[in-house]
Amino acid sequence: MVLLWVILIPLAGGVFLGALGHRRWAFFANIAFSAATALAACVMTADVLRAGPLLALRQQFFIDPLNVFLVDLTALVGLTTSIFSRSYMRVEDRLGHLTQARLRAYHAMYQLFLFTMLLALTTNNIGVLWVAMEGATLSTALLVSLYRTPQGLAAAWKSIILCGVGIALALLGTILVYFAAHAVLGAGGALLWTRLEAVKARLDPAVMAVAFVFLVVGYGTKVGLVPLHNWLPDAHAEGPAPISALLSGLLLNVALYAIVRFKALASGTPDAHWPAALMMGFGLVSVLVATFSLGRQRDVKRLFAYSSIEHMGLATFAFGMGGPLANFAALLHMTVHSLTKSSIFFTSGHVAQKAGTRDTQRIAGVMDSSPAAGWAFLLGGLAILGMPPFGVFASEFLILTAAVHDAPWSVPLLILALGVAFATIFQATQGMVFGASPGPRGSRDLALAPSFVHLALVLALGLYIPHALAAWYAAAARLAGR
Amino acid sequence: MPLFAQIINLLAALFLLTAFAMLSQRRLANLINLYAWQGLILTLGIAVAAYGTRSIHLYVSALVNGVLKVVAIPMLLRRLVRRLDVQWDRESLVRIPTMMLIGLALVVFAFNASLPIADFAHTADHETVGIALASVLLSLLTMILRTTAVSQVIGFLALENGLIFAATSVTYGMPMVIEFGIALDVIVGIFILGVVFFHIRSQFDSLDLHHMEGHGE
Repeated sequence: MVLLWVILIPLAGGVFLGALGHRRWAFFANIAFSAATALAACVMTADVLRAGPLLALRQQFFIDPLNVFLVDLTALVGLTTSIFSRSYMRVEDRLGHLTQARLRAYHAMYQLFLFTMLLALTTNNIGVLWVAMEGATLSTALLVSLYRTPQGLAAAWKSIILCGVGIALALLGTILVYFAAHAVLGAGGALLWTRLEAVKARLDPAVMAVAFVFLVVGYGTKVGLVPLHNWLPDAHAEGPAPISALLSGLLLNVALYAIVRFKALASGTPDAHWPAALMMGFGLVSVLVATFSLGRQRDVKRLFAYSSIEHMGLATFAFGMGGPLANFAALLHMTVHSLTKSSIFFTSGHVAQKAGTRDTQRIAGVMDSSPAAGWAFLLGGLAILGMPPFGVFASEFLILTAAVHDAPWSVPLLILALGVAFATIFQATQGMVFGASPGPRGSRDLALAPSFVHLALVLALGLYIPHALAAWYAAAARLAGR
Repeated sequence: MPLFAQIINLLAALFLLTAFAMLSQRRLANLINLYAWQGLILTLGIAVAAYGTRSIHLYVSALVNGVLKVVAIPMLLRRLVRRLDVQWDRESLVRIPTMMLIGLALVVFAFNASLPIADFAHTADHETVGIALASVLLSLLTMILRTTAVSQVIGFLALENGLIFAATSVTYGMPMVIEFGIALDVIVGIFILGVVFFHIRSQFDSLDLHHMEGHGE
């Protein structure tokens, strides 16, 4: 039953913060709700470690190795982001960028956004998963247009329409899966992951083929797979920094999680190779297009948004290859990318707020004006580029190893993309971190503590993966299929 | 073929007809009327399926869809159009006869694509799957070729109608909880879009999406 608390706490938080209106302590209440969620996730994890996979509320909710670490990751990043959000949004408030009503909407939507993501992860019902993803789209749109600037509204519009259409296609895919399963399972249980998983070899391959195309295109829009990625850089750039961190670190993972589960279903029959090919194609195109778009970005948040597309593409490609090694690598990559990228969005948001601009050419001397921000930026940049000993190095290395074995033709392309990404992002971050600062030296503050916590975790994962986590990854890799 | 399945077939044909009509209609008031008609055809289709299968849950679904798509959403849209004072969509990128030809090609494609599904369908009637898929694609085309925010949203709502029609014709409806979830998302989405419309208008002085381009890059 503790599983239900993980979902109910953010829901209650959203309703509470929305109903009460903005108060001075709302920043703190936001942290408190996120911390309670994280605590519930910890208790839930302890249960899973002791008793194995869980089912709750007449099989409507479940936890297995594939979603347990994602729930933990979501709860953890939700907590650290709320801590960062307190200092960031208080400055925004002081600068007069936001009214009381907007802050109220912000905090309510923050919790509801977490709620929709946790619901999507823990539900056993593919219909509820769809409803939760649509809810996440709607709450994103409100958060992205928080500042009500023309750019913000354009970004929100793009995100509603593009993701809306994507999600609608995913609904069509869901209907078709239900249709295929209906013939095997009857009306009861034809939407439940656990039941579908058991009969996946008996689902009609022709129907599953059509369904999976719609599902990849649909949820792929939310993952930011090229050519459906157009909403993502705008949404990341225009929303407040904590929201960019949540979008990049969590929402993309949740959407990818949905695709991975459906892939396991669709490749249930022994001769179904096309789900793998489809995901590998989408993934590789995303990696290439995103890396070659990096060079044209002058907005620091757009730069890292394109980097998110690249990394999600890489994970999608790895899941497409399938097999124990590639799946393991992709799951690790989801985890470390999420931690690193949210850390980078904290730092870049903080830096852009101090500098008053997001233009990479006009930000300079971060190390000079604030050593903490400089180090966080430098290390975050190195970590996301896959420098050892950070965790991203380990996951990218494993993905490349799997690619050499399973899809050797893709290796030159991947290495080219990683090289281009390295050159572009390294140059951009060096330009911002070093040099003389135009402004006065900032005072020391703790705003970036969450950034360093994330980087420390990524470093730790690069050096040593705890036994329990490795066991989950291995079990999840088996679930994700070949 | 039982009588109720023949009636659903007829309604499916009418449904496709409204999708085509929406493709060619540029006056917003007429577009909203067409949307309401489409909603009515959808509701009748679900009700007939409910009668044919004696399913209470489909009756409830017909009621929800009827209230939402024939009454509530068209009313909201009409009020929105009145308060925003927009009446016509701009001249679209592609001329209407060309749009119709593209639409025809899409219908042929949809029928071909739905063949494996139709072979497998265990419901009374097979052709409706192709029709539902065709109207989904036509609504997508409407969204792509329209340039004002309001008509894009109507295209989006028509897309959702097509999906519900697909669900009804393929599986006789999704489970109740899911249908309520979908309805809730649609209604919340409409409200959010309404709010965004007003802000877009006050920021750009227009609902023409061409004005919004260049702000993202």
